[in-house]
Amino acid sequence: MGGPLMLFEVDRVHYRYQQQTALSDLSLNIAEGTRVALLGANGSGKSTLLRVLDGLYFADSGQVRFRGDELTEHMFAHDDFAYHFRRQVGLVFQNPDVQLFNPTVFDEVAFGPLQLRWSKSEVRDRVGDILDRLRIGNLRDRIPHRLSGGEKKRVALASVLVLDPAVLLLDEPTAALDPRSHSQLIDLLVEWGGGAKSVITATHDLRDLEDIADRCFVLDAGQLVAEGPPNEILRDAALLQRTNLVHAHRHRHGGEIHSHPHVHGSET
Amino acid sequence: MSGSHVQRRGFVQSTIDTLYAAISRVMYAETLARGEGLLQGIDPRVKLAGLLAWILAAALSSKLWVIAALLAVAVSLALFSRVPLSVLAPVWTSALLFTGAIAIPALFLTPGTTALDMPNVGWRITHQGLASAAYLITRVETSGTIALVLVFTTPWTHILKSMRILRVPVIIVVVLGMTLRYILLLLETAREMFESRKSRMVGTLTSRDQRRLAIHGGGVLIAKAFQLSGEVFLAMQARGFRGEVYVLDEFSMTQRDWAALSLFAMLAAGAAWAGR
Repeated sequence: MGGPLMLFEVDRVHYRYQQQTALSDLSLNIAEGTRVALLGANGSGKSTLLRVLDGLYFADSGQVRFRGDELTEHMFAHDDFAYHFRRQVGLVFQNPDVQLFNPTVFDEVAFGPLQLRWSKSEVRDRVGDILDRLRIGNLRDRIPHRLSGGEKKRVALASVLVLDPAVLLLDEPTAALDPRSHSQLIDLLVEWGGGAKSVITATHDLRDLEDIADRCFVLDAGQLVAEGPPNEILRDAALLQRTNLVHAHRHRHGGEIHSHPHVHGSET
Repeated sequence: MSGSHVQRRGFVQSTIDTLYAAISRVMYAETLARGEGLLQGIDPRVKLAGLLAWILAAALSSKLWVIAALLAVAVSLALFSRVPLSVLAPVWTSALLFTGAIAIPALFLTPGTTALDMPNVGWRITHQGLASAAYLITRVETSGTIALVLVFTTPWTHILKSMRILRVPVIIVVVLGMTLRYILLLLETAREMFESRKSRMVGTLTSRDQRRLAIHGGGVLIAKAFQLSGEVFLAMQARGFRGEVYVLDEFSMTQRDWAALSLFAMLAAGAAWAGR
């Protein structure tokens, strides 16, 4: 009794895609207001877990609770719960192309607020504001489909941040970004909400871990294999190597070839 | 390398070009719809109801000149709305080819008076057969043109919202709404697939290889379409989509809209009366 209020409680969750198990007997708790990193190599189940947390997929067995309410198809059939949940939790997909389907950037960012039935004047104000904050106001009349990769990512992020969700789920937010866009995005996430919001980031990039997370969960083959603060996880070289988050990297110094652990996404 | 020589574009390159053109057409349609023009300024609900009434009048008319007159009015409206003929022409050609193919048997099988004998094969084309084919082709061309006028002068989201106002079931509106979203993604995917194929290709493909490539490409695209449909729908759900269409623009009827509605209704009623 008296412990921290839980945002998400994941209890022995299994999830399968036809023949392939994506999550297996997965249990973890995420407290309110924490910044969490879901770490794992490709195919470890990070993206699936984010979709389960966002009420897009429903566990084959086990339970997922959001602030005490179990996330089930039955719950999402009720408009009241669905609107409340979508207002509170936002998901930025890894591939921005699937998230950008409106004729202009402005329409794209306005899509979510309109679905949640905000007043039209509020939608206009908030969309303009978020476009300016993300420094993409100049793109407002552009066709999202024709933007560069970094611009698409920013628009996808804006389309979720405009809702000002209390919980932000991010699927590989810095994947395929150039170094400047990468750095700007990390700064934005660190500053977003004054650090008071819950941010859950799925990534295999360890570079910015200590900036974006207070706590890490390491997944491997759909199972939780470790959890702890970033510095503790980063120190466990055996764990990182076992879960393919780092690998032995051979290179040449002078005439001598040697190897040392190499961090995914790192330039060093 | 000494100079350059002209190569045939080949199957892969021509497919890439076609896909680029298709993407450009989708973009162009939205640009035209949001631009200036006679119909662009009319309330989308008026356009949807009015133009549907014209399509109905064309389908029910039993007089060829009435259908042709509706076609002429639709083309004039397109021109006044800055929709160029070059946009309509490819659709006319496609409709003519497909409908023509369907109509050919009617030329020979419809009983009636002989219009033309084909002595070598012993077949004869009848006046009634010619009339049936002409009706079918003209109706399809007219309905297609009217539908294009609507699509090229009205943003897609406004058409969807108008459909909901006119009580079209949610499921139909959702399917139509997602169709446009997939088209762009699938066209892009197809283009990348063929560009990737081209980057690894040396020489030219035989006809058999071209057919195989087309079939494989089609299969991969269908599989990707299923995956994409799921992804895009999830992305829409994640931002609160529940089936209803909400857009920022308010629809409000002005005097000009009421006048347009009256004109649409009068023309539809006139066509129905003249074509009875």
